[in-house]
Amino acid sequence: MSKKMIERDKHISVGTRPERMDAKDKVTGHALYGTDISLPGLLHGRVLRSPHAHARIVSIDTSKAEALPGVFAVVIANDLPEADDRTEKAGESTINYKFLRDNNLASDKVLYVGHAVAALAAKSPDVAQTALESIEVEYEILEPVLDVRHAMSDQTQVLHEQIRTDGPDGSGDTPSNIAQHIRHVKGDLNKGFSDADVIVEREFTTVPVHQSYLESHAATAVWSMDGTLTIYSSTQGAFLARNQVSELLQYPMAKIKVIPTEVGGAFGGKNPTYVEAPAALLARKTGRPVRVVMSREEVILGTGPGSGTAIKVKVGATKLGKITAVQAELCYEAGAYPGSPVHPGAMAMFAAYDIPNGQIDGYDVLVNKPRVAAYRAPGAPQSAFACEQIIDEVAQNLGMDGVEFRMKNAASEGTVRLDGSLHKSIAIKEILGVIEDHPHYNEPIEGPNQGRGVAIGFWDNWGARSSVEINVNSDGTVNLISGSVDLTGSRTTVAMQAADVLEIPFDNVKSSMVDTDSISYTDTSAGSRTTMATGLAAVEAARDVLAKLKVEVADMWNVSLDSVIYSQGVFGTTESNSESITFADLAAKLSGQINGHGNVNVENWAGAGGGTIVDVEVDPETGQVKVLRCTAIQNAGKAIHPGHVEGQMQGGVVQGIGWALYEGYQYDELGHVLNANLLDYKLPTSLDVPSVEAVIIEKPFPSNPYGARGVGETPIISPAPAIANAIQQALGKRIDQLPMTPTRLLEKIGVI
Amino acid sequence: MYLQDVALILQLIELDTYLEEVNENMSKKQVVSSTINGQQVEFLTEPQQSLLECLRDTLGLTGSKEGCNDGNCGACSVLIDDRLVNACLMLGMEIDGKDVVTVEGLSNIHELHPIQEAFVLEDGLQCGYCTPGFIVATKALLDKNANPTEDEIRFWLAGNLCRCTGYDKIVRSVRLASQLMNDANEDLQ
Repeated sequence: MSKKMIERDKHISVGTRPERMDAKDKVTGHALYGTDISLPGLLHGRVLRSPHAHARIVSIDTSKAEALPGVFAVVIANDLPEADDRTEKAGESTINYKFLRDNNLASDKVLYVGHAVAALAAKSPDVAQTALESIEVEYEILEPVLDVRHAMSDQTQVLHEQIRTDGPDGSGDTPSNIAQHIRHVKGDLNKGFSDADVIVEREFTTVPVHQSYLESHAATAVWSMDGTLTIYSSTQGAFLARNQVSELLQYPMAKIKVIPTEVGGAFGGKNPTYVEAPAALLARKTGRPVRVVMSREEVILGTGPGSGTAIKVKVGATKLGKITAVQAELCYEAGAYPGSPVHPGAMAMFAAYDIPNGQIDGYDVLVNKPRVAAYRAPGAPQSAFACEQIIDEVAQNLGMDGVEFRMKNAASEGTVRLDGSLHKSIAIKEILGVIEDHPHYNEPIEGPNQGRGVAIGFWDNWGARSSVEINVNSDGTVNLISGSVDLTGSRTTVAMQAADVLEIPFDNVKSSMVDTDSISYTDTSAGSRTTMATGLAAVEAARDVLAKLKVEVADMWNVSLDSVIYSQGVFGTTESNSESITFADLAAKLSGQINGHGNVNVENWAGAGGGTIVDVEVDPETGQVKVLRCTAIQNAGKAIHPGHVEGQMQGGVVQGIGWALYEGYQYDELGHVLNANLLDYKLPTSLDVPSVEAVIIEKPFPSNPYGARGVGETPIISPAPAIANAIQQALGKRIDQLPMTPTRLLEKIGVI
Repeated sequence: MYLQDVALILQLIELDTYLEEVNENMSKKQVVSSTINGQQVEFLTEPQQSLLECLRDTLGLTGSKEGCNDGNCGACSVLIDDRLVNACLMLGMEIDGKDVVTVEGLSNIHELHPIQEAFVLEDGLQCGYCTPGFIVATKALLDKNANPTEDEIRFWLAGNLCRCTGYDKIVRSVRLASQLMNDANEDLQ
């Protein structure tokens, strides 16, 4: 893999704003999403879900449902083979197949309200829904464990008898709801705190927040007579979905073809599969195609949100504004099975700072809630909510400007993080510089009850494996196919990079996402990796095309390969001035039989920093918070398509505003979700948010030859603490819980 | 690839059972006659089926999306006799004699509607799932108010949820659409 960057004068379409390849199909309603797939003879699958948060399944009787007219098949956990107790990385998250099997269809216990227990296929969605009521399940109800701190105590019911805490000093010897305890230590904590002039300590809590992609999970499965299982899936990763189905069904990968559809939003939540394996089982039993589409209620109850957390944090600093020590305890809800994002949450927490002494203890905690999934910078919005408020408070106690204090302690290239990693180029100081100089930071705040807050964040991103193939057509156009699912425009940004290497117009490249039969393995579209890593694969594939074309040219002109040159779409040779041929003419001569491959595994990638400046107005009578103005700053490395980068930033920030002010699961004491719909689970609307100004800075990193870094996740990290800091400025009160609802504010003000 | 799959499935299905099902379904259904996207259409619906189900499953108009099925997301926005409604909140039977416009009715294969063009030009979409609803809602807005302010746009579109864009580029798209449509009207005059 070449680490050489492509010079700026070779950026032709890169850095411009061409039309998205999928745009016209999407604005006209022609694009086919997972929920749109229909096949002749289609049956409709529905899933029976647990009404209890914690219960043992005593028996399941499906006979009445099976006997109903219009019902074709019912499946339960026994229809799935036993699964391996093996864990695989999926973006920033992980998937354990044994737990995945139980999460797809519960075997011995149900562990949250909404846990899938059985699935059936019927001739219509109505018949299927009605038939679910005829499945008889006998439960032995157990005490639900809903609070993360309570779950960690010795005095509570355990979810899994076989789980022992995997801790820094080895494994525990009694069953525990703490699946894992991680610890990061740097320097001398005691000395650090004894050197401090100011120490601030606080505790923060957050609740689970759902990705709330507008398209629910959907899969359509069909079996061919030759044993091929074809699944149309609304997934972030076609190969990741194939891996999961292969494991769950114990069926060979070669005989499973996953066709990724257009995806109506994912944000990390469509890495795990929920409906693919049940659809496949039902399709096998019935011999007909089966489509399983979740309702919104099922999405909220039955799929993985981001973790609820309880976080303690303590920071010490000197009078001169240098942080001497930090300590944090991160308790992250994993939900029903291990695997909360406490690792990345701990990674991100103080990553923007150069901390001499520190300790972070992170706990992965089982509770009777849906098993969490990755959600955009998983784990980081929660830890940043704590970190960036306490940083602000320390600065206030020192009488120092918050941005100045952050600047004094900013991490830079070579800083050793608390998790022991060495920072590559991260541009935190540059981001703080942009904030300091931005008009938004310097213009006065206008009215009473208004406040301005700032916060910054860092996200590590991901690299991993991508495959791209380029086929050159005889008219000089090219087809580019990649194994990456295009979530928000990567078909376009990947094609832009290939077009520039091939030195052909962007319009001559047609880029598609393809099924798992058609290309080699590609990791899921997660960790902000696709434009960077699949972009690199496209560059490699384009270079492979040019290398092969040069061989053809050398052969054709009978000149040495080394003499063949290519510039601005024309081949020539240094051995003669008279020979030249264009890319298109050569393609015609070769009848289009040229292709290039790019298979990459990016192991050295860089994270990205960002920040938010926000103005709010608080109504002291109602507790309502209005976001008046918001500016987001982000290091994109190189913005391949600045319009897409702005979109990622604005979208991430608005999701962050959702975390801050509106969103969160509400539970009763039995573990029922009280707001499993989009009226009571409030997402930000166009009225709730201002136009977010996106400020892109470009500090390239060579894992991608154009310098692109992942940009999708960082923007969600800093809005919630920035808003909390702004509220603090407006009210003089610090809000230590997410979401910061009017009720919480009124409690703090003392009105209620 | 798609057609091959379809052919295979047709072989797999037992035709008798399939036809039996089709016949049984027919008997409960009622005829609805309406104008959809400018065309006179007659279709069969069961009394409990929502307009959204009829559009998507019976008529194959999958441009209108289901996001919540309870009127909170606007992904199924359609126009009925020029009024903006959520198709998930109406029954199929209720559109008898009415004029329905879905996202598919705004463009033809050769030309985008200026609203669609504006969303393309301003990057007013990411995953695209909410986009048909926003485009239909925008049409309803601009039909009433050719020059909406940003506040008016944000107020009007508050019934449509978008999870990807943060709304800024959608608002810009609507403003551009307004401009494109006004320019086109001036050209006509």
